[in-house]
Amino acid sequence: MSKPADLDREPARASYLTDGTTVRSWLDTRDHKRVGLMFLVAVLGALFLGGMFAMVLRLSLLTPEGSFVGPTAYNRLFTLHGIVMIFLFLVPAIPSAFGNFMVPLMIGARDVAFPRLNLLGLYLYLIGAVLVLGAMIEGGTDTGWTFYAPYSTSTPSAVVPVLLGIFVVGCSSIVSGINFIVTIHTMRAPGLTWMRLPLFVWSIYGASIIQVIATPVLGLTVLLVAVDHAFHVGLFDPAVGGDPLLMQHLFWFYSHPAVYITILPAMGVVSEVVSGLSRKNSFGYKPIVYSTLGIAFVGFFTWGHHLFVSGQSTFDAGFFGVASMLVGVFTAIKVFTWIGTMYRGAIAFTTPYAYVCGFIFFLVFGGMTGIALATVSLDAHWHDTYFIVAHFHFVMVGAALMAFLAALHYWFPKMFGRAYPEGWGLVSTVLIILGFNATFIPQFLLGNAGMPRRYYSYPAELQALNVASTAGATLLGIGFLIIFVYLVVSLRHGERVPQNPWESRGFEWYTASPPLKENFEHLPTFSHAPHDYQEGHPHGR
Amino acid sequence: MNELLRRILFLPPQASAASVGIDHLHFFVILTTILVSSVAGVVAVYFMARYRRRRRDQPTPHLEAPRWLEATFVIVPLSFFLLWFRIGFGQFVEMTSPPADAMDVYVTGKQWMWKFAYPDGPSGLEVLRVPEGRPVRLLLTSRDVIHGFFVPAFRLKQDALPGRYTQTWFVATKPGTYPVYCSQYCGTSHSRMRAAIEVMAAGDFDRWREEEKRGRALQRDTALGAADDQPRASDMVALGRRLAESEGCLKCHSVDGSPHIGPTWLDLYRRTTTLADGTTVLADEAYLTESMMDPRAKQVRGFPLTMPSYAGKLGAPETAALVEYIKSLRASVVPAPAGGPVYEQTGGP
Repeated sequence: MSKPADLDREPARASYLTDGTTVRSWLDTRDHKRVGLMFLVAVLGALFLGGMFAMVLRLSLLTPEGSFVGPTAYNRLFTLHGIVMIFLFLVPAIPSAFGNFMVPLMIGARDVAFPRLNLLGLYLYLIGAVLVLGAMIEGGTDTGWTFYAPYSTSTPSAVVPVLLGIFVVGCSSIVSGINFIVTIHTMRAPGLTWMRLPLFVWSIYGASIIQVIATPVLGLTVLLVAVDHAFHVGLFDPAVGGDPLLMQHLFWFYSHPAVYITILPAMGVVSEVVSGLSRKNSFGYKPIVYSTLGIAFVGFFTWGHHLFVSGQSTFDAGFFGVASMLVGVFTAIKVFTWIGTMYRGAIAFTTPYAYVCGFIFFLVFGGMTGIALATVSLDAHWHDTYFIVAHFHFVMVGAALMAFLAALHYWFPKMFGRAYPEGWGLVSTVLIILGFNATFIPQFLLGNAGMPRRYYSYPAELQALNVASTAGATLLGIGFLIIFVYLVVSLRHGERVPQNPWESRGFEWYTASPPLKENFEHLPTFSHAPHDYQEGHPHGR
Repeated sequence: MNELLRRILFLPPQASAASVGIDHLHFFVILTTILVSSVAGVVAVYFMARYRRRRRDQPTPHLEAPRWLEATFVIVPLSFFLLWFRIGFGQFVEMTSPPADAMDVYVTGKQWMWKFAYPDGPSGLEVLRVPEGRPVRLLLTSRDVIHGFFVPAFRLKQDALPGRYTQTWFVATKPGTYPVYCSQYCGTSHSRMRAAIEVMAAGDFDRWREEEKRGRALQRDTALGAADDQPRASDMVALGRRLAESEGCLKCHSVDGSPHIGPTWLDLYRRTTTLADGTTVLADEAYLTESMMDPRAKQVRGFPLTMPSYAGKLGAPETAALVEYIKSLRASVVPAPAGGPVYEQTGGP
């Protein structure tokens, strides 16, 4: 009949969500978006588990002598909480879920460089997670996520399967790091020069370099601890001639940069969200790029600040202290740039933006308490107390989790083509930011008062602060529950949104929401940088 | 001002010479942190209101930070950080350099207790007595895993590692008793590994130490006189009880039947015990000894496998004394049936 009717009947090109709906089409996919989405589900599962462990710990700490669980169960729970949150949530969360989904869209590619390797990364992650969590059946392990020898090499608990699980998850991390580096080097669309790359891509690039260089050291270290535990060969256990400090050096050589694996992508998310939602180009594109690379580089020379009171030499303490200060300077440049980007912008007061405000506060406070800890003499009092616990929760949970939630809300319409309820979003943001402060500010004070970390029982005069912290954690839990409910409801019932609901000029928005299976109808070319909002400026590319 | 901030920040009393300077740096750093992070957060929220979006496609000016402004935001934070580092590292160098005239105390950590020993005796458990106003150097080591010697009131912390010595020092300035914690996670009862430092007026300390020395000499003389006596069972029981305290057995095992981390010792001897693998074993002398030396060999059902091995840490006489002590712990002490009438409980609930 008539032509328009024909067009109507012509089926819309399938989005990545609807192109193949069998279970197999997901489990055997090569599509970076599906892998990213499955990673998102997996890391959310890890976040839920880790959060549950944390709630049990906080409930137990309501009374000075512990409640609900005994000391053995408590020690195993805080170990699991740390391992699940660090290795199964924080490290893979933003790169593997959002990085996988967004990086090819942002650079105008149809997929990552190695799609099968990408899928392998997901399965390695799942195998590692099963090993770590499966060890719970054997009773779990009680070493803390740091596995300090010789406790870790002599504890009778199930430390070997947990270490092997971390090894396998580490392989997943290396694979995805290599994939991102190659993708960003070789798959950029024509015209997309390095200095036009979206800042999120830069941050993933920086984090991937750390992942590829540092993770093998972690893998090696956990294997050596497992070998020492199983065969008593005396690598780290001084009773058979080993060196326990060597283990700490090796461990922190990875685990300090791991903080930057977590925080760099978080900073990348914030760079995107700030520009996208305030309709402003970055106040300093090159400063952000160079500080990202700066953090990735300097991050390798700061691990010794975990060892100030361990018996490391005074000279080393000085060196690692100064090096740590440089990370603070790079972070200061970024914070300055984000706030400058907001200046004279056109800011959409929305949930992701509210999370960014929380992020800035937590990052500055958490980061500067990190500087305080690198001020060597102060560390003597704070080391291994709740002050440290509060500090790294401010940075790694406060900042990184705020960015994760900002990304989840900012990109929710991109990933699913639907909107989340803005009102509920803001309510939960407020609950989470308040709950977070109420949880961890008392912990800073507990550390000042001298309460060491990993304490099942504590002096009775510290109970008030512990109760306050548990109350805050409860508020935090309620906030997460609200998010979970409205996001799940929005998946099916959320209002359908146009391609670019934020009116953002970030590159990922120049394709359908949700994107086509092959990302673009025609591969794009680029003529300028993302986030240009001047009048009359041509859109995007 | 110092006292007010100390209380607001929940810091313990400043009981060592170093603690005052450290706290002053702490106040400087933390107040700056609170100020800067609040300003950053408030400015972000203010911009959110001041520059809120009025039109969906509202254009904005293309702004980039001028070079001098970037430089300011690098140089100002860096100057603050380096100033703090300069002060803090200076303090740290002092904290790690004991003066030549310091009094030495050997500190040994083990799961889960602290032992203190003066080179010319005496030694003690869980209470470290030190004189006010004199430098004290601590030489720390551990007998099993890494522990952390932490005195909040002195702002002092140093890990104690097995197989090597680390050192730290302090000058206590206020008489009183201050808690000592283990700050490095060391197993099941990590949070119970506590001790105390008792700071005594210098004169009192000297007198106490003289008395301790004389008491030891007296003990030695008595011991010499009784050297030819064979140890009687009750002596071994007494020795066993002392060892149970000093070796940390009682941190996990109760002697009155109450539940604890490990099985109670009350009526343990000759009890038929179910093991984790379902088999049973009679808790005789051989089993008790084996469990001290190799706790993993026969693990009791229902209890965590957290006990460290005492192989190489207890000699044969000590092990025997502990076994005798366990044997002596009976709910109802039955006189040995030396052919006399068999004891029968009559009446009672």
